[in-house]
Amino acid sequence: MTIDMLGERVKRTEDPKFITGKGRYLDDIQMPGMTHIAILRSPYAHANIRSIDTSAAKSMPGVIAVFTGADIPYNPLPMAWPAGGVAGIRNNINTPRTLATDSVKWSGEGVAAVVAETAEQAHDALEAITVDWEPLPTVVDAEKATQPGAVQLHENAPNNIVFEWTVGDKAGTDAAVDAAEVVVRQRIVNQRLIPNPMEVRGDIGWYNPGTDEYTVWMSSQTPHIQRLLLTAFVTGIPEHKVRCISPDVGGAFGTKIFCYADMALVMFASKAIGGRPVKWVEGRRESYQSTIHGRDHITYLEIAGKRDGTITGLRVKTFANLGGRLSTIGPGIPTTLYGRVLSGCYKIPNVYCEVTGVYTNTTFVDAYRGAGRPEATYVIERAMDLFAAEIGMDRAELRRRNFIAPDAFPYDNPSGLGTASGGAKIYIDSGNYEPAMDMALAAVGYADLAATKAEAASRGKLLGLGFSTYIEVCGVAPSKWIGAVGEGWGAAMWESANIRVHLTGKTVVTVGTQPQGQGHETTYAQVISHELGIPMDDIVIQHSDTLGTPFGYGSYGSRTSSVGMTAAIKAATKIREKARKFAAHMLEASVDDIEIDGPNYFVKGSPDKKKTIQEIAFALDLGFDPPEGMEPYLDETAYWDTPNCTWPFGTHVAIVEIDKETGQVDLVRYLAVDDVGKKINPMIVDGQLHGGIAQGVGQALWEGAVYSDDGQLLSGSMLDYAMPRASWFPDIELHETVTPSPVNPLGVKGVGEAGAIASTAAVSNAVMDALAPLGIRHLDMPYTPQTVWHAIQTAEVSR
Amino acid sequence: MESVALVVNGVARTVEVEPRRLLVQLIREDLGLTGTHVGCDTSQCGACTVHMDGVAVKSCTVLAVQADGSSVTTIEGMAPEGGLHPLQAAFWEKHGLQCGFCTPGMIMTAADLLASDTDPDDDAIRHALEGNFCRCTGYHNIVAAIREAANKMQVGAATSAEGAPR
Amino acid sequence: MSMAGFGYTRPATLDEALADLAKHGPDAKLIAGGHSLLPLMKMRLASVGHLVDIGRLRELKGIRDWNGGLAIGAATTYREVLGSALVRDRFPLLIEGLDDIGDIQVRNRGTLGGSLAHADPASDMPALALALDAELLLRSSGGERTVKVDGFFHGAFVSDLHPDEVMVEIRIPASPDGAGTSYVELTQPASGYSLVGVAVVLAKSGGTVSHVRVGVTGVADHAYRASAVESTLMGSDGGSAAIAAAAAHAADGQEVNSDIHADREYRTAMATAFTRRSVESAAARAT
Ligand SMILES: Cc1cc2nc3c(=O)[nH]c(=O)nc-3n(C[C@H](O)[C@H](O)[C@H](O)COP(=O)(O)OP(=O)(O)OC[C@H]3O[C@@H](n4cnc5c(N)ncnc54)[C@H](O)[C@@H]3O)c2cc1C
Ligand code: FES
Ligand code: FES
Repeated sequence: MTIDMLGERVKRTEDPKFITGKGRYLDDIQMPGMTHIAILRSPYAHANIRSIDTSAAKSMPGVIAVFTGADIPYNPLPMAWPAGGVAGIRNNINTPRTLATDSVKWSGEGVAAVVAETAEQAHDALEAITVDWEPLPTVVDAEKATQPGAVQLHENAPNNIVFEWTVGDKAGTDAAVDAAEVVVRQRIVNQRLIPNPMEVRGDIGWYNPGTDEYTVWMSSQTPHIQRLLLTAFVTGIPEHKVRCISPDVGGAFGTKIFCYADMALVMFASKAIGGRPVKWVEGRRESYQSTIHGRDHITYLEIAGKRDGTITGLRVKTFANLGGRLSTIGPGIPTTLYGRVLSGCYKIPNVYCEVTGVYTNTTFVDAYRGAGRPEATYVIERAMDLFAAEIGMDRAELRRRNFIAPDAFPYDNPSGLGTASGGAKIYIDSGNYEPAMDMALAAVGYADLAATKAEAASRGKLLGLGFSTYIEVCGVAPSKWIGAVGEGWGAAMWESANIRVHLTGKTVVTVGTQPQGQGHETTYAQVISHELGIPMDDIVIQHSDTLGTPFGYGSYGSRTSSVGMTAAIKAATKIREKARKFAAHMLEASVDDIEIDGPNYFVKGSPDKKKTIQEIAFALDLGFDPPEGMEPYLDETAYWDTPNCTWPFGTHVAIVEIDKETGQVDLVRYLAVDDVGKKINPMIVDGQLHGGIAQGVGQALWEGAVYSDDGQLLSGSMLDYAMPRASWFPDIELHETVTPSPVNPLGVKGVGEAGAIASTAAVSNAVMDALAPLGIRHLDMPYTPQTVWHAIQTAEVSR
Repeated sequence: MESVALVVNGVARTVEVEPRRLLVQLIREDLGLTGTHVGCDTSQCGACTVHMDGVAVKSCTVLAVQADGSSVTTIEGMAPEGGLHPLQAAFWEKHGLQCGFCTPGMIMTAADLLASDTDPDDDAIRHALEGNFCRCTGYHNIVAAIREAANKMQVGAATSAEGAPR
Repeated sequence: MSMAGFGYTRPATLDEALADLAKHGPDAKLIAGGHSLLPLMKMRLASVGHLVDIGRLRELKGIRDWNGGLAIGAATTYREVLGSALVRDRFPLLIEGLDDIGDIQVRNRGTLGGSLAHADPASDMPALALALDAELLLRSSGGERTVKVDGFFHGAFVSDLHPDEVMVEIRIPASPDGAGTSYVELTQPASGYSLVGVAVVLAKSGGTVSHVRVGVTGVADHAYRASAVESTLMGSDGGSAAIAAAAAHAADGQEVNSDIHADREYRTAMATAFTRRSVESAAARAT
């Protein structure tokens, strides 16, 4: 008897290898004859390359080859998600080359590379390369970069503007703001973050001269997409000549979605040196320059409404810093994934948002956990608190008055979810926001806040409570929507799965999604075990290799459970149907009379006349005696394109205490109520929330990439970029409501990003609540001790 | 080249290395024990933590030649093949890992903590993890796992003491 | 991650180490725990021709009585000091100060002598040694000398230690009877080093402060004794008002550091705040 594990806290099947040190990450791979490549990176944030002298490096010990950009005939990297797509918005595109040829646009852009027998020798030789630089002036601030007279980075991008994108009803929103009883305005900065998965990126390229084929191992979330981009767009090598493999991936959080120059470089280098494998692994400090950063918005928000707490308009202008050149989907993040969900879970009749994408002399910016939605949530949740303070209304009450009502779904939001989707409408399909907020506020003791604050004050601490009532769009996305109107990147977003039940009943599920710690092998197996009645132990999930798995778009945007697993369920359904037909044949019954109970296929009314799925697989896979027209083998492939995104929501609450004398902020309590729909494995869901919350708290309190005016990354290593540590967190309290998603059979919504989307705003609101008695209205993150201390000093002086 | 003789996971090894070779490189590249990871270049992250002569060290901040004559335990040596150390079991049980990259270092550091403090409270556990970063778990379940392992190890110690011949 | 190449020897005795140092001249550098040196070499910020490993020299290890105080071998690790009953008994200040250095792994390798020799302006041991009136036994092939820690630090990573010298021992005299001690720090969140760290030893007699030492780290280009704080406190009643008045002088005469974590104004204010807190707590502990 197979025990149904769907919805259970099943221990993860992938863990035994990890806890015993037998995981296999990119850098763990060693191959005979393997060489190492190191990349010389620009010390300047903006400079022309006059010449590069590699002669000394070439004669260094162990050096096999030295390359500069001039040696490499490849195209620049592709940019796959222009803002507004083909919808008529101009995108001034500049992307990196495999190695820069004429100029560099950020400190850390690669300009030359050394292949050597050992990594040490490669690094030694880098020091022998001399570049004749012509340093140029720099600009690092996105808003300043668009001002007249600013340094220009690219000829095709006047005023450093990548695009100017808008969404919503300008005239209506202008009118609403003009007519409003109350308008609250605030400039807010969503600072740049360095994502920091614990495993840095790396690639190994191997060109096989015998077959003229390439294999690229990459620490990536998207091996299928990388094969497509590297072949069709960058190298011109035919797609079927390249195989991409992601081994175990040590965290990604968005950073490993993209096409990076180093991927092309290891392919080129391996061929150039005659087919020895070439390994590149970035150092952590190198990673801070060569792997994407996240966020970095400067936003002017205006929220308008009545004194009774009715919000009537939201007008937002955002400068999105995209770095010195564009990453793969950089422009898509601050537009589609930001502007279109700005109004959050509120019924705001008039919304208008302008986003200017900007080039600056900084590392490129792209999707980091939440990607656009944390920025949107931060804007709207800060705006709600500011508005409540302005009209003197309780923050919860203001939200209550403006939530989209539970009977208003499907809800077509005015920041353009539905309107921009051409024929394919997407809409917020479900939600019930108030119960989640009430549950969270009750659990945290919101009613007793005054007493809690007084108690803290008696210990000399300023206590603040903040919350955010978020929604998230995930499970991206209907291909028709993302593709048809040019809203999305140049790709569809369906997923794929193949299931083969082999002769012994052992089952292989191959999928196009790609895990980086989310436990997909466990959850897919839970789902397929439930669908087919096959024990989890007999199911293996294969992924992450373009050779063995069907094409898929990979894992990001919290889409694997809702999109990928639905494809797998569809494949399982096909398996069941075929098994049922074959069972009828074996049992000499009519198909309609065959009933299925887990692994058992039996004749209606006579449960002992049965065949198990394993027996069916054995007979059908041998294929001695299939019925007329039936092909042998239980082997089915399915594709699934979701009809809509999914819409998790919830309320997160943070309590902080501030030491007024030192500005130190202590997170003392964190509580969340999340509605992520049904859960395949609640243990894994909790883990995803914990991790996301910690990253979002990190943004609010500690993390921030800091550039000097001349484009040097001052927070250039873990010695200066504050990675959150265990001792800075309390235990995280999780609660739930469950509103199943109507768009997929599992009723799941996705949970990979929810924590990061909700938590930053909650903590920010808590800090502002604590500081409100001092007359401080808003501060930009992160709330480091010196930031808070300075604000307190200024407030006290002006009082 | 220098000759380094050391005992790794109970097995005597001799390796010829350049003086600049780090212990972590010796472990990963010369001995092929890739359970010990490298997560940074500034000695911050703890992914490379192993035990050297019984105490946790960051093997990226020890020269291989400095380990000459030492006894080193890596994650691969925490339990006999096929078995699990209580910490390994607890990390599995409590979902103390996601991508698994930080996990070996976490377990090695936690083992050092539990060797000197058999019943640490949550604060002590969190303090002990000061030099180990995890980007996936928010630490919540790591702390729970270490607490669980401490409990199990105490029970284990108590039972084996009771069962000892008098 | 990868370092430039260098030579390496691990002498068996201190005399051999001194000979090695002399032989390799300015190219040579000592390594003890390596937890300051190797991170710099990995960033290719320090270039070294030859390393002389003194990390295991018995002559540089151990903790022994020294005139009622303690002499601690320069290559003794933080862990060894933290585990010492003698230290716990005589110098709880060291326990309080060293317990927060880095992390378990760093404390397992890092040595007291290495920290003092390195003279990192943000490290903790220099402030503790200043407050404890420590002196250092230094030896070269030419002979031996002792120097007071007060005056030993000259600048960021610059001290009175000569390139051909090995620090053998850190000698800490017994503190006055009934002295209370305290170490408090404001930590740089990323690196874990101190933005401001203040070590205090304070004794009272007959209701007035009769002995006080205040060692401050993180604030200036090297750790220093806050002498204006000390002189203001001496002879006072050691009450809150006196302490607050004295703490205001914590950064007097110093060129205060400024970086992305703490600008000059903030750091100066924190020097005062943490000095006040540390003195308060030492005074409360004094008997
Ligand atoms: C991750 C991390 C976090 C840290 N956090 C902190 C912190 O919070 N607070 C803090 O104070 N420190 C911190 N440190 C630094 C650490 O405390 C010092 O590295 C350590 O104490 C130095 O001792 P060592 O034996 O490792 O020195 P080494 O690195 O071996 O040597 C340092 C320098 O001193 C010289 N030297 C060493 N011993 C002698 C000797 N006996 N005689 C003469 N010269 C000698 C060496 O030549 C070298 O120049 C941290 C280090 C790391 C890696
Ligand atoms: S790799 Fe050793 S501490 Fe990060
Ligand atoms: S589990 Fe991924 S870093 Fe800890």
